[in-house]
Amino acid sequence: MSLKLKALTKSLWVFHLCIGGSCNNCDIEILDLLTPRYDVERFGIMLVGSIRHADVLLITGSLTYKSAVRAKRLYEQMPKPGVVVAVGSCALGRGIFKDGYNTPCPLDELIPVDLYIPGCPPKPEAMIAGIVKLVEKVKGKR
Amino acid sequence: MGLLLNFLIFPGFLFSAIIGLFASWIDRKVTARIQWRIGPPWYQNFIDLIKLLGKETIIPRGNKFTFLFAPLGGVISITLVATILGKLLINPTQSVLGDLIVVLYLLIIPALAMILGGSSSGNPLASVGVSREMKLVLAYEFPFILSVLTMVIKAGNTIRLGQIITYQMDYGSGVGSLSGMLAFVVAVLCMQAKLGLVPFDISEAEQEIISGVFIEYSGFLLAMFKLMKSMLLYIMPLFLISLYWAENIGIYSLIGKYVFLLVIIILIKNTSPRLRVDQALRFFWGPVTLLASLAVILAMLGR
Repeated sequence: MSLKLKALTKSLWVFHLCIGGSCNNCDIEILDLLTPRYDVERFGIMLVGSIRHADVLLITGSLTYKSAVRAKRLYEQMPKPGVVVAVGSCALGRGIFKDGYNTPCPLDELIPVDLYIPGCPPKPEAMIAGIVKLVEKVKGKR
Repeated sequence: MGLLLNFLIFPGFLFSAIIGLFASWIDRKVTARIQWRIGPPWYQNFIDLIKLLGKETIIPRGNKFTFLFAPLGGVISITLVATILGKLLINPTQSVLGDLIVVLYLLIIPALAMILGGSSSGNPLASVGVSREMKLVLAYEFPFILSVLTMVIKAGNTIRLGQIITYQMDYGSGVGSLSGMLAFVVAVLCMQAKLGLVPFDISEAEQEIISGVFIEYSGFLLAMFKLMKSMLLYIMPLFLISLYWAENIGIYSLIGKYVFLLVIIILIKNTSPRLRVDQALRFFWGPVTLLASLAVILAMLGR
């Protein structure tokens, strides 16, 4: 594994995107990760404001026709190498909005998703376990 | 050859980069402890930098040359200040005429680099950040120069930085007197604004204008800006120490004073909310300038 990827796994900067239809509960659980109880800054994980600074595009909520365009554009704007993480049932497979009139497709039919974290909402522990699996995948794959 | 080594390695680039990144780690760690978290390990900022160097650098449409050159110019100017200050603190007698003015000019260049880089990216949020940064520079630069002037007057109207240091070594440090104390307080407040830390992080407000001037920067160029900020966190307290608090510039005394100033910076950062730009302007041109003028008058009266 190259130094570049090693450094990437130790310092993941997260851009948090909530798209379209969701109840925002996943977002609340994600913010839990940054609180004193879980404190993911120990592992170098930070929330950043701009997609240009990000290594991880973290998406919650189910796609809508309007937000699908934005999500795709944000994925293209992210400097590579970067990963996409889908959090919650809505992002994974549209959740309860499956039969909605304005939800075109699950997220991974639009952009490549590297990590799926299921749950409605997933617990912070589940997200940390997911990050560990992602880091192992990056280490093993390349 | 010796000068090049000084510029690139010892008091210059490499040394100040390492100390600066380490100081930024102390900042993050203490912030985390204040918020009852554990905080990142000591090598976190180095890893962040290596990671950013390995990432793709995206250059938006707009003025490519200024966009590329702005972060590099900032780092180069800060490295020059680090070299001048480091050489002076090792041997204060080798000062050249007017190096204080050179240092003051070089310390404005990081802010100018942020203004140039942000405005050449062509992003609307970056332009908001740029306008705020410009107003902030106008706000803090005036009381900062006044507070520096206090020490110039106290040390017998000299613009050699080395002579100011030797004056303090002979007659006691600037903070010992009333005017020096006032000027020091003013300079600490201006330092907070120069570093772009919390009460005055108006130009890169993460929550409202999503890191403002840096918004379009990625990869190598963002790494240069982060490095510039970290080195500024090392240079500014050192500059203040050599101006106001230099009666003893042994290595342990320097480290102690530096850590003390760093703790003050971090405490101000963690206990205050962000000001609006008009509040910052009013603050710097009102009470702070008044305090600085008082310090200058007292210094002229010999206090």
